[in-house]
Amino acid sequence: MPSSAELDALRLSLEVALRSVAFSLPFAVLIAWLLTRARFPGRMLFDAFVHLPLVLPPVAVGYVLLILFGVRGPIGGWLRAHFGIELAFTTAGAALATAVMTFPLLVRAIRLSLENVDRGLEEAARTLGASPLDRFVSITLPLMLPGILAGAVTAFSAGLGEFGAVITFASNVPGVTRTLPLALYTAMQSPTGDALALRLALLSFALGLSGLLAAELLVRRVRRLLGP
Amino acid sequence: MLKVAVVRKRPEFTLEASFAAPTPGITAVFGRSGSGKTTLVNMISGLLAPDAGEVRLDDEVLTDSRAGIAVPAERRRIGYVFQDARLFPHLTVAGNLRYGEKRARAALQVIGFDEVVSLLGLAQLLERRPRQLSGGERQRVSLGRALLSQPRLLLLDEPLASIDAARREEVLPYLEALRDRFAIPMVYVSHQFDEVLRLATHLVLLDGGRMLAEGPVSELSLRPELQSIVGPDLVGAVLEGVVTRVDPEHGSADLTVGRGTVQVSVRGAPVGSRVRLQILARDVILAAQPVQGLSVRNAIASTVTAISNDDYGQVLVRLDVGGETVLARITHHAQKALNLRTGDAVWTLVKAVSTRGHAFRITPAGV
Repeated sequence: MPSSAELDALRLSLEVALRSVAFSLPFAVLIAWLLTRARFPGRMLFDAFVHLPLVLPPVAVGYVLLILFGVRGPIGGWLRAHFGIELAFTTAGAALATAVMTFPLLVRAIRLSLENVDRGLEEAARTLGASPLDRFVSITLPLMLPGILAGAVTAFSAGLGEFGAVITFASNVPGVTRTLPLALYTAMQSPTGDALALRLALLSFALGLSGLLAAELLVRRVRRLLGP
Repeated sequence: MLKVAVVRKRPEFTLEASFAAPTPGITAVFGRSGSGKTTLVNMISGLLAPDAGEVRLDDEVLTDSRAGIAVPAERRRIGYVFQDARLFPHLTVAGNLRYGEKRARAALQVIGFDEVVSLLGLAQLLERRPRQLSGGERQRVSLGRALLSQPRLLLLDEPLASIDAARREEVLPYLEALRDRFAIPMVYVSHQFDEVLRLATHLVLLDGGRMLAEGPVSELSLRPELQSIVGPDLVGAVLEGVVTRVDPEHGSADLTVGRGTVQVSVRGAPVGSRVRLQILARDVILAAQPVQGLSVRNAIASTVTAISNDDYGQVLVRLDVGGETVLARITHHAQKALNLRTGDAVWTLVKAVSTRGHAFRITPAGV
């Protein structure tokens, strides 16, 4: 029998993961494009920087976010003063922390699909009168779609379980930032939480598995639609 | 007139070419693989920039390195049919065809969708995806897509190279129909001389990045530069004539070429139409006296104008046959036996079926 704590955690995890993917997708496409097509000094360093969350302790990422986006941080303070947006200890903050952590996954998938786009097709579009932006929207982007979708679903699935960065930056507030892994951790700390912890663990397991399967099926389907 | 004068230097390859191609008309860029043909058309299209040089189309400057002019490819209105078709896999055939049409200015729309679809036989394919098409069908769609972008010039980079020989007839007649229907000038890249003969009026010869010669096909057919590329078996004079009599029952026709008449095997060329034929040098027989009782249909009094050794250990004889030049390839022994010298009068014998099996129709507009 699912308790309200479980449902809250599930709903929050889905919301946080969805918001993080929706927010980071356009940036990921832009950065994947820069890393694949643009030539600029310091590209390698930039590439490494984008991939940093993969190798850093998530707590360190959360800590840096707290410094930058905290209420008194340089970006956080500015956002609060001008837009009234508060990120630390909020659901939006949890989504931001998740977005940063899953960003490399998204960029990698999109970048791979962009590398596989036949430049010859863009040249053909060029001889047919398509401007650079037109070519990107009408040819490149549709051909990247399988990679973008795969990246989005993978990042979403990973985002459901982001722990370290979320708890550091957004804390563990029930109903606000207590996502599935945080609820699981809390239950494990409680002397009577064993049953709840097991149910939450199983739920995470099921969500992760269905996410990965959905990604694979989606990619296959879109590939078939797009042709070789 | 398409005027091209370009240089592109790379450590591994240098391309240098300059020529003026008549418009309308089909100019063949002919040469072996790796001679720089694709690089040359890419510079005409604007996909590739020359290190130095210029490209002009009917007095509009498209590239001028000295004046710093380089019109981007998307604004040149030059259609390009790639060797590998390059159809957009996420669009249907109709979507591919419409792609360029939608982006062409409405005021310039002279080639209509329905016309292209019927001319290229695409009506049955419109809802299909590129992957469901045969090689020949793909090239026809690619051709239609380029045409519908309302180009001023059409570049075709070996459009038949990726199609097996037996299937080329799925495309070649369409190319001829296109040439005859629209007055769009074309640059046709090929390493197959029979395609050149069938389609082109003007020829640019490339070898190892250098331009060897350029000029009308019939003129270049007599040049040694072409002979060194096509090889000994395809050397032969290209002549153009007008059909004066047809014998449809036997598939032959009389052609007036220069001041004389030759009987050739050709089908589908009505009286009055212009026909191009190649008389292969290896098929020409020379006789010192008039001969009788032979099956040869053409025996014409002619004069030897030049004798040279060719690259293959044989003798190439240049003949004046009724005002036209014909080449004959004979052995040293034959030359000695006939005691042939420049200025000698000989009989030139050509079998009617030796005109490469078929003649090549050419449009009035293209001649």
